[in-house]
Amino acid sequence: MNFELTEDQIALRDAARTFAREVIVPVAAKYDRTGEFPYDVISKGFELGLMNLCIPAELGGLGLSKIDQTLVIEELAAGCVGIATSMGANDLALLPILIGGSPEQKERFVRPFTEKLRFASFCLTEPGAGSDVAGMSTTAVRDGDHYVLNGSKMWITNGGVADQYTVFATVDKSKGHKGITCFVVEGRPEGLTVGAPEDKLGQRASNTVALTFENVRVPVENRIGEEGEGWRIAMTTLDFSRPMTAMFAVGVGRAAMEHAIAYAKERKQFGQPIANFQAIQFMIADMATELHAARLLTLEAAALVDAGKKSTLVSSHAKRFAADTAMKVCTDAVQIFGGYGYSKEYPVEKLFRDAKLIQIYEGTSQIQRMVIARELLR
Amino acid sequence: MGRIAHGAVEEIVKILCGVKRVEDPDQKIKVNPDGSWIVLDGINYKPNPYDEIAVEEALRIKEKQGAGEVVVVSIGGDDSVTEMRHAMAMGADRGILVKVDGRVDSDAAARLLAKVVEREKPDLVILGRQAVDSDQAQTGQLLAEYLGWGQATFAAKFESLESDEEKAKQPGLQVQDGKVRVIREIDGGLEVVDVQLPAVVTTELRLNHPRYASLPGIMKAKKKPVEELTPAELGVDTTPKVKVRKLSAPPERKAGIMVPDVTTLVEKLRNEAKVL
Repeated sequence: MNFELTEDQIALRDAARTFAREVIVPVAAKYDRTGEFPYDVISKGFELGLMNLCIPAELGGLGLSKIDQTLVIEELAAGCVGIATSMGANDLALLPILIGGSPEQKERFVRPFTEKLRFASFCLTEPGAGSDVAGMSTTAVRDGDHYVLNGSKMWITNGGVADQYTVFATVDKSKGHKGITCFVVEGRPEGLTVGAPEDKLGQRASNTVALTFENVRVPVENRIGEEGEGWRIAMTTLDFSRPMTAMFAVGVGRAAMEHAIAYAKERKQFGQPIANFQAIQFMIADMATELHAARLLTLEAAALVDAGKKSTLVSSHAKRFAADTAMKVCTDAVQIFGGYGYSKEYPVEKLFRDAKLIQIYEGTSQIQRMVIARELLR
Repeated sequence: MGRIAHGAVEEIVKILCGVKRVEDPDQKIKVNPDGSWIVLDGINYKPNPYDEIAVEEALRIKEKQGAGEVVVVSIGGDDSVTEMRHAMAMGADRGILVKVDGRVDSDAAARLLAKVVEREKPDLVILGRQAVDSDQAQTGQLLAEYLGWGQATFAAKFESLESDEEKAKQPGLQVQDGKVRVIREIDGGLEVVDVQLPAVVTTELRLNHPRYASLPGIMKAKKKPVEELTPAELGVDTTPKVKVRKLSAPPERKAGIMVPDVTTLVEKLRNEAKVL
């Protein structure tokens, strides 16, 4: 077992770190305040190859390992996890195609993302089907050489800026998860309505919308895998993407810890820096230990994916623990800042709001525990 | 040199840039108790920022010409390859490491570079005006002297670094008709000089904003060649002519005081600080 990063990994990480520090951080508060979509930051990130990290070399991508990808993600998330979420959303939308698509579909739906900046959205969650994925009610009915999609999707990251949607719908609701099928919807076809951006608590720079499908016609050749394969494709996608989401959490937690350390050394009470007090020291020590543990769990999950091994259990460990750790670290960072921590003048209240979402999206902390228990009790 | 084609013909330029591995200045630097050097434990390193500007300028000249070669040279240990890889990730074509253990003074660095220049025969050498570690600002000038070449130090740009020219990544150095036109930053203004090529130019901070290394650039950089040379191979004795006797940290700033009103402030500025 070797915990050392390679020279290349250090270079990739440092490139992402520099970008986060010099390009993301200076505007993170602005985009949090306005909720505007950070096109300028994202297009710079795209030019530097910091998006579409999952695309393999044979499709024009960088061919990065999952470990490489998580290293980049941590740095972007330490800059602003809302911006990182929008930068990472293409990967979530393209993974189902990489997992279940034919070579022709990969050429058609994945390669173009390496050529110019575009957005794709992963559309799984519905107003009535969040954690209960199999309870989805968006339908796909075969009509000649097309499917006709009807239904609604909710909390769709980048849905308002995307021009390609990876949509999960059921071809037969009576079959439960065995009816779920994956489709690629191109452009903005007739019948697809994009809702207004959600006004969110945190991660406000990321675009989140509801989508409505009303008799949207999708050619059969846009079906990824067979009918009923959608469930497996979606679950495999989430196994692969959970290390990324876990690293979002590590990044935002690390940013909060760094702010807390700097502030504790500067802030004086009772005639000395508050960093001299054990109450503060213990909070900082716990932050560091738990973030380190979260990072190592995440890297193990990424290593399993890289090795082609089943990663479900460790991916869920990583996502659950990292998300809960980020929330705790950010809560303690606000505590260390005291009243200033509660003010928008200081950076940690944003991180506190941003961290909360990571316990919710891509499988809540509770769902992760269910996955973990199911793996252990089977 | 023979590489510069005059008149209407596109000028193809080979540019050599120095890239020095330096202690990251954005960290707390401590001096050893005996004052012999700084504490190196746990220190982070980065490419000298002035050298990044030199590499950026070389890349822009190459991009504008549509041809040419940018070669980076580093003098130091094996770790210096990291900083050269950064320059190659920005776009430099290849690297040369002159492997030296221990410190090299500006004069030895200039003599080593002169030998590398003799082998490589570049049309233009662009160096940082100084390295941010020991701030000597001598190597470029010494190199030009050893080579018998013209030189222009403190190269800057007319346009602001926030201007559209800068955003369009236009070079500040104009290579034309066997000369390089350099805008030099001097006291109270700018000076324009034309220097016959081959020449040595050193960069000021206000020449360009260096580009970021892209991920594809990083992946390509690891396949670019790095040649290793030694001072012995170059026939240079690197025994320092200048010895650092002692380093000391600047005195700690004393805490400020609060004054009750403007009258007291003016009184203190006049009578105690004697600045009014």
